[in-house]
Amino acid sequence: MAAPLTLLLIVAVTIRAVLFRSSLAELISARVEVVSPLNAWKRVVEGLALLDLGVSPYSGDVFHETPLMIYLFHFTVDYAEIVFIIADGITALALYLSIQTYNKDVFRKQKYALESDRYSADCLELLRSPKEMFYIPLKVAMFYLLNPFTILSCVAKSTCGLNNAIIALFIFCTLKGSALLSGILLALATYQSIYPLTLFAPALLFFLQRLYIPVNLRRSSFWFFTLQYAFMYVGSLVVITGLSFFLLGSWDFIPSVYGFIFSVPDLTPNIGLFWYFFAEMFEHFRLFFSCVFQINVFFYTIPLSIKLKEHPVFLIFMQIAIISIFKSYPTVGDVALYMAFLPAWSHLYRFLRNIFLVSCVLLACSALFPVLWHLWIYAGSANSNFYYAITLLFNFGQILLVADYFYAYLRREHHLTHGLYLKKKDGTEATLVLK
Amino acid sequence: MAAHRCGLSLVCILIFSSLAHPSSCDTLEKANDNTAEKRSISEVNTDGSVAGEALNERQWQSTDAEVDRSDSTTHSEALTPAAARDEFQEELVIRPLHSGDIYASFQFRTLWDTDFLQEGQKVSHYRLFPKSLGQVLSKFSVRELHISFTQGFWRTMQWGQPFIPSPPGAELWVWFHDTVSDVDGNWKELTNVLSGIFCASLNFIDLTNTVQPSASFKPLGLGNATDHRFLRYATLPREIVCTENLTPWKKLLPCGSKAGLAVLMKSEKLFHSSFHSQAVHIRPICQDEQCSSKAWELRQTLNVVFDLHTSGQGKKEWSLFKMFSRTLTEACPLASSSKVYVDITDNPEGELFELSPATPLLGQAVVLGDRRTYSVYDLSRAETFGQLRSFNLLLRWKGDSGDMLRPLLHAERYVAGFGLQTGEIHTVIYNNHPYRAFPVLLMDSVPWYLQLYIHTLTVTSKSRDNKPSYIHYQPAKDRHRPHLLEMLIQLPPHSMTEVTVQFERALLKWTEYTPDPNHGFYVGSSVVSALVPSMVAMRTNFTQDQPLFSSFVPVKEESSYFVRVYTEPLLVNLPTPDFSMPYNVICLTCTVVAVGYGSFYNLLTRTFQVDEPSPPLSKRLANLIRRMRGVPLLT
Repeated sequence: MAAPLTLLLIVAVTIRAVLFRSSLAELISARVEVVSPLNAWKRVVEGLALLDLGVSPYSGDVFHETPLMIYLFHFTVDYAEIVFIIADGITALALYLSIQTYNKDVFRKQKYALESDRYSADCLELLRSPKEMFYIPLKVAMFYLLNPFTILSCVAKSTCGLNNAIIALFIFCTLKGSALLSGILLALATYQSIYPLTLFAPALLFFLQRLYIPVNLRRSSFWFFTLQYAFMYVGSLVVITGLSFFLLGSWDFIPSVYGFIFSVPDLTPNIGLFWYFFAEMFEHFRLFFSCVFQINVFFYTIPLSIKLKEHPVFLIFMQIAIISIFKSYPTVGDVALYMAFLPAWSHLYRFLRNIFLVSCVLLACSALFPVLWHLWIYAGSANSNFYYAITLLFNFGQILLVADYFYAYLRREHHLTHGLYLKKKDGTEATLVLK
Repeated sequence: MAAHRCGLSLVCILIFSSLAHPSSCDTLEKANDNTAEKRSISEVNTDGSVAGEALNERQWQSTDAEVDRSDSTTHSEALTPAAARDEFQEELVIRPLHSGDIYASFQFRTLWDTDFLQEGQKVSHYRLFPKSLGQVLSKFSVRELHISFTQGFWRTMQWGQPFIPSPPGAELWVWFHDTVSDVDGNWKELTNVLSGIFCASLNFIDLTNTVQPSASFKPLGLGNATDHRFLRYATLPREIVCTENLTPWKKLLPCGSKAGLAVLMKSEKLFHSSFHSQAVHIRPICQDEQCSSKAWELRQTLNVVFDLHTSGQGKKEWSLFKMFSRTLTEACPLASSSKVYVDITDNPEGELFELSPATPLLGQAVVLGDRRTYSVYDLSRAETFGQLRSFNLLLRWKGDSGDMLRPLLHAERYVAGFGLQTGEIHTVIYNNHPYRAFPVLLMDSVPWYLQLYIHTLTVTSKSRDNKPSYIHYQPAKDRHRPHLLEMLIQLPPHSMTEVTVQFERALLKWTEYTPDPNHGFYVGSSVVSALVPSMVAMRTNFTQDQPLFSSFVPVKEESSYFVRVYTEPLLVNLPTPDFSMPYNVICLTCTVVAVGYGSFYNLLTRTFQVDEPSPPLSKRLANLIRRMRGVPLLT
């Protein structure tokens, strides 16, 4: 397996290196789909320039990276391209190893379930074989590294790539069972863009499952481990935040980074739902609706955790997808991260209802983004509604995609316990409905 | 504002109605022309005999370059001791420009040796100083106040430097006294009060267009304040100046527009011009040379450039009557001095134009580094008005005026780039001095919705990188504060220096756009302040009027002079949302969110079940009857 992976890495690095050297790099780095005010490289450079001028980067409204990011790029600004390529490589590698671990885990559990006769007899064709699972980690790495979204994001030097690397490392450490590292990386991811906070629940569920601690609120062992993990997470978050304070000597970054994420003051168009909605919002409803929109990311965590408490890895996937749909400044880099997981759920393919429609919508939207942007901003022959319509459709497609995978996952679980070919009372073939 | 605009339209209607009866004006002008001709003929008659003596008889009267330095003591004997506490001067400077336009600059100065800022002392007795301004000064603890309203753009390359520069639109800068604790609060209130006094939209000045320049705007009066926390500077480049602003401005004059030079200010003529700028400057100055006590100076200026080419049917001649549709009949009785100056520097021998009535009085002044010669008409003398009791200055061009010496410092600005996403501001500063380099301070205040990227700032002169020796940059805060960029740039001799900085255009909330959003947004002029080497020092052959012993080493005071140049304001387009869409957008976006919510809710709360179709209606009815009959049900 090492040889294909190495080959993949080499191809991916070559593509990126070629694009960095081409004239396309500048064009890509100005695309609103690829960079947002939160993670544009131009703004990182601006922040460093402000620091050189002796002005706090947070005194203006251009720079919204965290202080650790300044510190990182203070030293590596000349090697930024290499940093971003390495980050992509790390993400792919971490995802590769995580999925490998996960697959082993899945196979082991499946064996136990079969031995204890928990699966119904006619669902043999739903079972997963090592043969079909063999190439899945490689496919995941490939889906991440060769995804045009990731390549664009990397060539634009969007710091989204670094955030993805942190989240991928977090997943890797979680699946490897290292609670401490997982807590630290989760704190780092939260520190970077606040939303990964919701990944706390799946990580906790995974550890509980791994340690055979039942999720029972009356059991002290459950509380003990939860507090332990929460302490590791909150402790490292406090340490990182404190460290940022000591690096800059002020708390200015809190409103400038997290306030900026939550209050959405910059309405630069992006692929998300926020910008046009809040550009057109009536002033006295603004606070209400920004709460309503922000709550979407956090709202689904608890019900999803209850529904998927046996399947924390799928829960991670769901959470990442929800974050990338409902976050205030999404870019295609965020989309690329959860799309990398899709090969891991390739066994759900037979239960997907509208994957063809959704992939057509997503492909068409990706092609139409630059076209309609050009018509609006440069040609002046279209207006903002055109671009808005496409973002709307793109998000609609993403929601359908995620909901479809969720449906397929639940349905497969249902079939595993109740049998694949269900019969009605009169013996005819039955259809499954949600009731 | 609406009320003002209504007033404006009313005034316009009145103007048009008066224009509808032009006959009376015409006859008046003809009568005046006749008298002027008669007078010039009589002068020609005497000219032959007196020509030789005229030159000798010319009295050289020295006036200072800056009138504020001119000593007020010379006039103090004329006034009673009780009235010596305040005095009023008025003057009009007319400069024929090389482009053929006429530049007329009114200056009214009220001087009052009282202190508004003294604790516990309430100034309540006002004589010449306008009470409305005096109360404002004392209430808001203003140390210095400069306000200007300008319509049109001063074309430095054609017209040279103005006496008092001002940017298009409204400009206001104020130094507060250093006892003020809440400067922003005072500033906010002050702008609202001034907005009322001058009938202007100064109330649109808020924190989003106010800056505190660190170096460009130093106090012009007494007091060595350097703490720019007490300075506020704001421009409204979109402000339109019209009669509604002129009327309250005229009311501040002691004589109003009833007597003196102010009778010339007919708004229909003043605003029928290429450039119109009115200003009020208030500052504390020294009362005497020892500076033992402080006096307040109120200086009201009005600068107009008339384009007499288009209105004069190609004839190159002008008179006071043609310009202002009025002649002067008397000085303001309250004025201690009242003079009209005509710049005749380019016309020492009378070969370029002819001025009538001729005056024996000549004045010389170093204005903006250049020694100028003026014909002076003293309105306080009865003989100025002649027998007709009316003074109508007439200038007739004889030849074509030569080339103007290019102004030493000149700046212009434009926006480069296409599309509505990004752009680049180019500021080009010219140093036309043949051999001297000098530093300039460039100040830019850019609204927050153009996000500047300071790392893209480049300064190049003579295609080489010219690193500014001082940069003060304050980045903007969205909806709170504009960008402020100040730089000290050394301009090499005879060079063009280009300053470029890139920006990104923001998409605003739909309520933040102006009523005509596709017209674009104005960005105020950038300000170039410099100490420019003087023309006097530049001249190497000191000839006519200078004795040899005085000319070897250039005089220090004249070697450089302060000048401020304003560039063009910019008009920048921003991307706009569709303003008719708020309901649609709210509905559509919420629908997508609801689709997400609905599908997740569905999957989270429901479980999979085998779909058992309910039996058809006939079967259900049959079963109902069977149940009543007590017969086994159908399956």
